[in-house]
Amino acid sequence: MITIHDAVKTYKGSDDPALKSVSLQVERGEFVFLVGASGSGKSTLMRMVLREDVPNQGSIHVLGEDLVNLASRRVPIFRRRLGVVFQDFRLLPQKTVYENVAYSSRVIGKPRAFIETAVPDVLNLVGLSEKARRMPSELSGGEQQRVAVARAIVNKPDILLADEPTGNLDPNTSGEIMDLLERINLGGTTVLMATHDRGIVDRLKKRVVELRNGEIIRDEIAAGYREFDTGQIPKADSE
Amino acid sequence: MKFLFALSESWAGIRSNISMVISIILVTFISLTFVGIAALLQMQINEMKSYWYDRAQVAVYMCTDVSPAAACPSGEASEAEKAAVEAQLKSTVLAPYIDRYYFETHEQAFEKFSEDFADSTVASYVTPEQLNEAFWVNLVNPEQSAIITESFNGVAGVEEVRDQRGYLDSIFSFLNAGSITAGAVAGVMLASALLLISTTIRLSAFSRRREIGIMRLVGASNFSIQFPFVLEGVIAATLGALLSAGAVLASVRFLVQDFLAVRLPFTAFVGLEQAVFVVPWLIAGGVILSALASAVAIRRYLKV
Repeated sequence: MITIHDAVKTYKGSDDPALKSVSLQVERGEFVFLVGASGSGKSTLMRMVLREDVPNQGSIHVLGEDLVNLASRRVPIFRRRLGVVFQDFRLLPQKTVYENVAYSSRVIGKPRAFIETAVPDVLNLVGLSEKARRMPSELSGGEQQRVAVARAIVNKPDILLADEPTGNLDPNTSGEIMDLLERINLGGTTVLMATHDRGIVDRLKKRVVELRNGEIIRDEIAAGYREFDTGQIPKADSE
Repeated sequence: MKFLFALSESWAGIRSNISMVISIILVTFISLTFVGIAALLQMQINEMKSYWYDRAQVAVYMCTDVSPAAACPSGEASEAEKAAVEAQLKSTVLAPYIDRYYFETHEQAFEKFSEDFADSTVASYVTPEQLNEAFWVNLVNPEQSAIITESFNGVAGVEEVRDQRGYLDSIFSFLNAGSITAGAVAGVMLASALLLISTTIRLSAFSRRREIGIMRLVGASNFSIQFPFVLEGVIAATLGALLSAGAVLASVRFLVQDFLAVRLPFTAFVGLEQAVFVVPWLIAGGVILSALASAVAIRRYLKV
């Protein structure tokens, strides 16, 4: 599903690589937490999977596509098979909840019949059927993020990328979003989630990939936020 | 990407940017109107040229008693001198270039003069002898008047050879200067219209960067992201082009046909058929230029 081999990424104007020889394999239907401090390379890794950037060296294959050699006109077609959720929701403020979700189907030219059944279905899944006609500004943060999740999955992607989806939410609301992501994962969608939220990672016991200074320092099945977690409050990051 | 969806996206852009869009409409309107006027002036010049050049004659003026001594040292041209000129016109050298010619006597010249200046007191001071006798020559090809001029300049008894086209040329060069001025103004205006379109499109893209970001994330093709912006520029410029088409048609209809043509009845003017010929080019030019300008602008703004 996602195969990264010895990927190195150095941004222009920087001597320090953002990623130093990262290799990662994610199988269909997996739920993977990507953890690490700011600047550890999580975002760079997410950008690579979304083909917003390519590594300077090494290879990355997602959904059978060789992203390093993917022609730029093929990139949009590749991205249709991915869903993305962000910390800041990124909803269109002047469109209703329904229109926000339908928008991602409309821009890729899905037939109207598909939109008219898929959008209510997915709003029902995220529990917002009642609020389809509301504007994003009338919703709470958790509800807005659920709209964003609905938009990410309305086109039935194979992979859902979530970049700190709970970063702006309180613990209860975060829990609701995580329940939703787990349900989507159970439906067969591979989920790759970058997070700082220790409580969530510890509670869900999923695969955890930890990055530090552009390297994978840990890749564990059913793990917690910290290796050898003692349950104590972690010390300040040394990075 | 459904066309209607693209159209609704363009409409949203136009609404959010209405003042810039109006300025595009006005600038394309003015610039294309100048293009149209320049084109019609050129057509007017050609129309007049083909009308008048065919009628333009070369006059070989014979000497009179009052001619300046430098050209006519022996005063009034003698019969022999006139016969010599006529013989040369009939000669095998010149005959092939000449369509026809006729001789105008003092009396005929005076008659014409009296008619032309009937209202003026000048007619009463002029006597037939003061007016030149002349050979009026129509050429097969009016452009070749130099042949006549060179043949008769300095010949005994000839005061002056004059090509009537000389009078016309000053009128045409005046009209031509007008046409070139209109063309130059059109060029400057078109350049500013193009820059305005690309600025507006970039502004429109900036104000919708959120939508664009989302479109890219969900995998909208480049074409479907860029098309609404191009359409926005094209719609605005097309409205401007339609206004300029209306202005060109109206100025030909009301200014040329109803005003100038009535006051100058013996002049051939451009009519609606020429204007109708120009208008599609104005609209097509507006559409193509605005499409190119906005496509280049949006392409440079939005790299995948």
